[in-house]
Amino acid sequence: MAAVFFFIAGIGAIAGAIGVATVRNPFYAVLALVCHLLSLAALFLLLRAEFIAAAQVVVYAGAVMVLYVFVVAYVGSQDEPVRPVGGPGLKLASIVFAVLLAVELLIAVLGSGLKGIDGRGAQYQPGFGSPAAIGELLLTRFLFPFEAASFLLLMAAVGAVVLARRRGGISDPAHPGEDEVLRAIPTRLPKGAGSIAEGVGDINPTAELDRPAIGAAAGDADESRGRASASEGAGLSGGGW
Amino acid sequence: MDIGWYLTVSALVFCIGAGGVMVRRSPLVILLCLELMLNAANLDLIAFSRMWGNGDGQIFAIIVMVVAACEVCIGLGLVVAMFRRRLPIDVDEMRELHG
Repeated sequence: MAAVFFFIAGIGAIAGAIGVATVRNPFYAVLALVCHLLSLAALFLLLRAEFIAAAQVVVYAGAVMVLYVFVVAYVGSQDEPVRPVGGPGLKLASIVFAVLLAVELLIAVLGSGLKGIDGRGAQYQPGFGSPAAIGELLLTRFLFPFEAASFLLLMAAVGAVVLARRRGGISDPAHPGEDEVLRAIPTRLPKGAGSIAEGVGDINPTAELDRPAIGAAAGDADESRGRASASEGAGLSGGGW
Repeated sequence: MDIGWYLTVSALVFCIGAGGVMVRRSPLVILLCLELMLNAANLDLIAFSRMWGNGDGQIFAIIVMVVAACEVCIGLGLVVAMFRRRLPIDVDEMRELHG
């Protein structure tokens, strides 16, 4: 009975893996990976690792795959272009390399004279692989790896937020961030525009104000008024607030 | 079933994942194939844990799952950052380290 379940789960795992590596659409690749992970959880159950199987289904096939599906939906599940960059020879060479690696590993596994892998393993003891046993190991013997793993997870979460936030992350010179635009605005304001920086004395506009004094020459009063209103208009449209 | 059968399945899954990492060009699918390789290692670890009859291998598998989750987190963050900069989602086009 265990053999039947093993072959069903093993064939499911290998088929899911082949689907991940060959399907062109990334969305279907994610779904194939979910199938692979569920089959692998069945294999874990056959190996008496109940807690790992449950964690695999809940955390891996649940949470991590939801993250994948969201990113695929965000980026857009465009198919890969067919055009090979390194020529078809590179692709063929990598497939041949993978097949050779498989042959080598199978020779190493099946051809080894190790007695241990020919049996069913140690005698099963009740409680092996249960959440109680795993929790006791994690909190006594493997306490430091447990804490280090949680810290690593925290740092990865912070790093992902920093990488994927709206501005910043990988900075883009063609599309500057919002703060760079804000820094560029005061240089575009004309003198005497009445900005807050002038009010607190940061920029002193009165020394080099080129606007004529009010009523300086009666002859060109109309012209000076026109220029003053024009410069005020320029100041307003320049973004003064 | 003998432990060797589990090791055989694990070896096949690992090689499929390695081939996928080399052949595919979308970084999303490359991350998926990396998951395949890590899962093959997990299957090995749990098979050896069953072989020896103690739980150390299962703890190791949990740590590998944590590392895989971190890798997915950072990798998907990079993919989203690439998408925001309108860069091509293709590892063959991203061959320079500087922007």
